Amino acid sequence: MKKKLLCALLALSMLFVLAACNGAPAENPGNNDAQTSGDTNTPGGAQTPDDTQAPADNGESQSEPEPAAPDDQAGLSGETEPEPAAPVEGAFKLGGTGPLTGGAAIYGNAAKNGAQIAADEINAAGGAVKFELRYEDDAHDAEKAVNAYNALKDWGMQISLGSVTSKPAEATSAESFADGIFSLTPSASSPATIAGKDNVFQMCFSDPNQGTASAQYIGMQNLAKSVAVIWKSDDVYSKGIRDTFLEEADAQGLDIVSDTTFSDGNATDFSVQLNDAKNNGAELVFLPMYYEPASLILAQASAMGYAPKWFGVDGMDGILTMQGFDASLAEGVMLLTPFNADATDDATAKFVAEYQRRFGETPNQFAADGYDCVYAYKQALEAANATPDMGAAALNDLMKAQFTSMTFRGLTGDEMTWDASGAVSKLPKGMVIQNGAYVGMD
Amino acid sequence: MNFIIQFVNSLTSGGGGYQLLNHIINGISLGSVYAIIALGYTMVYGIAKMLNFAHGDVIMVGAYVCFYAFNAMKLPEPLAMCAPLLAVCAAVVVCTLLGVGIEKLAYKPLRAAPSLAVLITAIGVSYFLQNAALLLWSSSPKVFPSFFVIRTTDADGESVVLRSVQLGAVSISYVTIVTIVSCVVIMLWLTWFTGRTKMGKAMRACSEDKAAAQLMGIDVNATISLTFAIGSGLAAIAGALLCSAYPNLVPTTGSMPGIKAFTAAVFGGIGSIPGAFLGGLLLGVLEIFAKAYISVQLSDAVVFAVLIVVLLVKPTGLLGRAIREKV
Repeated sequence: MKKKLLCALLALSMLFVLAACNGAPAENPGNNDAQTSGDTNTPGGAQTPDDTQAPADNGESQSEPEPAAPDDQAGLSGETEPEPAAPVEGAFKLGGTGPLTGGAAIYGNAAKNGAQIAADEINAAGGAVKFELRYEDDAHDAEKAVNAYNALKDWGMQISLGSVTSKPAEATSAESFADGIFSLTPSASSPATIAGKDNVFQMCFSDPNQGTASAQYIGMQNLAKSVAVIWKSDDVYSKGIRDTFLEEADAQGLDIVSDTTFSDGNATDFSVQLNDAKNNGAELVFLPMYYEPASLILAQASAMGYAPKWFGVDGMDGILTMQGFDASLAEGVMLLTPFNADATDDATAKFVAEYQRRFGETPNQFAADGYDCVYAYKQALEAANATPDMGAAALNDLMKAQFTSMTFRGLTGDEMTWDASGAVSKLPKGMVIQNGAYVGMD
Repeated sequence: MNFIIQFVNSLTSGGGGYQLLNHIINGISLGSVYAIIALGYTMVYGIAKMLNFAHGDVIMVGAYVCFYAFNAMKLPEPLAMCAPLLAVCAAVVVCTLLGVGIEKLAYKPLRAAPSLAVLITAIGVSYFLQNAALLLWSSSPKVFPSFFVIRTTDADGESVVLRSVQLGAVSISYVTIVTIVSCVVIMLWLTWFTGRTKMGKAMRACSEDKAAAQLMGIDVNATISLTFAIGSGLAAIAGALLCSAYPNLVPTTGSMPGIKAFTAAVFGGIGSIPGAFLGGLLLGVLEIFAKAYISVQLSDAVVFAVLIVVLLVKPTGLLGRAIREKV
């Protein structure tokens, strides 16, 4: 009797897991394999491409497949299947990894969605260059990223979008350098991503650039004299920005009155760091970190009645889309980002409208980076007269020559150029959060 | 010994004194969260003699239920004040059922198994809950609503949100006050319950000798289930308080505070209810002091080093009772 009860309960829990598994692809079609590896072989895991469900609670949910571009959803949902259905004829196989699940999923999905819009536009326009885009989940984990990269290589990836976040990108860029597959990452900003690899390029600023640009901005706009920095000591991204920020702050005559850290294990209580900044009279607190700890810092500062000026970096992007976030906490937070969704130029307005229509939210900088990457590839491939039957090695040489010589005009910069190291040169825009939305500062 | 000099300086100089007071208050506010979680650990250990490592994850489930219940409720204005309370009640109900369910499914079949098997099962349950939460609620962080704020209008007629009370130079947030008060209330209630009621006495009898308790006519299984029900109900309250203080909600929210609270329970003497309270508060204050006066990076190392020293000197923890094994 008890055994029967146990069996029934276990069967129920199995059903529950399957049901949950069925729900997940609505948010990240076909990319839930990282967490449900045991379940993806079951009928629940093998989603059919057009099985659209009601969009889930969070903003990253995919909308229905585009009628205009039937290949997009099919290519994506094929990821848990051995062969992707209906590949684009005569297209360049473009692959990338990013955190489509996990704490950094907001970035991975944004970059993927942005790239998808660009690829669909290009394919619909019917030019000589077409793309077949495929993103694999790396859950912001270096080891999973290499697995995802290998899956893309098996698929036949010719050119790569690298990885979205820095830690995985450092691992996959080493692989793509060794394999001779050209890579252009939308947003992995750490210097180690491109260091010593002549075929890895960045669409975003590198971390040192962000730190320097932030300090320059604060100095030139006279935002504050005494500055506190809170940074994450076990994160290359945070440390890279903080180091160059301190250097440039010195040159700008800023007074660093407090310099405190946290790490993964103690990222919940920031009272000590905030007290240090407050007692040393910091007028501005610089937060080189991702939005998750930043949201806790803002909440705790507000609870202790501390209201300095806040200055973030591109990792802060996304704080407003956190479910349940009290936007008044972020009121007046400044950040440097190359993309401004409020910009009135045609290209930005068109992209923002399309993104809102398809994904139901305002695109952040990562989406714009992903979009720009695909268009930069289009420009480079056209200029090089590349054809989709070329191998990865041939494309690698062509792209290296193109990217070091071309000037690209995209959403995230008007005149972008790349040097031989792979770092981009473009101008940052200052943004401030007002009434729960980004507004350009200048 | 740089840190001692700094410490003494901060005690003597005027500004530093208030600084020290501030750190103590922050430590107590962190510690009260640990204490309330540790109460659940110690309660289950004290009665069932097993370490329920899934406790931290029951807390996470409680916080999620509370989050969704609160957001789903659309109460008219006069009743809106009760919404947080109702949300916490919903979380308590769900967590109690979950706790009893876990006990029935995962731990009861192992009643006769060696304690190591139960321990591993508890770790398995912990991972199961985390991954189930990942599937159900996705990994994108949710921001827990602020329950303990006072909305009022200032002199200019603009609405302001008060989050803390100002006492001289130090400010104490309302969350901290509520957490400490509920911690003390729960501790007193648990002490009364296990000491004075019939069910409580049955619990203590089970913890001392299960076989003898059964011979005395106590339903051991029902008693242990009740222990889990109470422990998990407490976890729901702890989840709501933890997330009110640190409002980031992800499927791993409960795991790190859970481990720290377990440490606090051992520190205070596992099985002892006042010990869990004391251990939690001390651990919180220690952690903040280590962060403030030694190094943020070393803070956990310092806390655990102190724990090792305490256990070397007093193996049963601060308030633990030494039980002589009968051979």
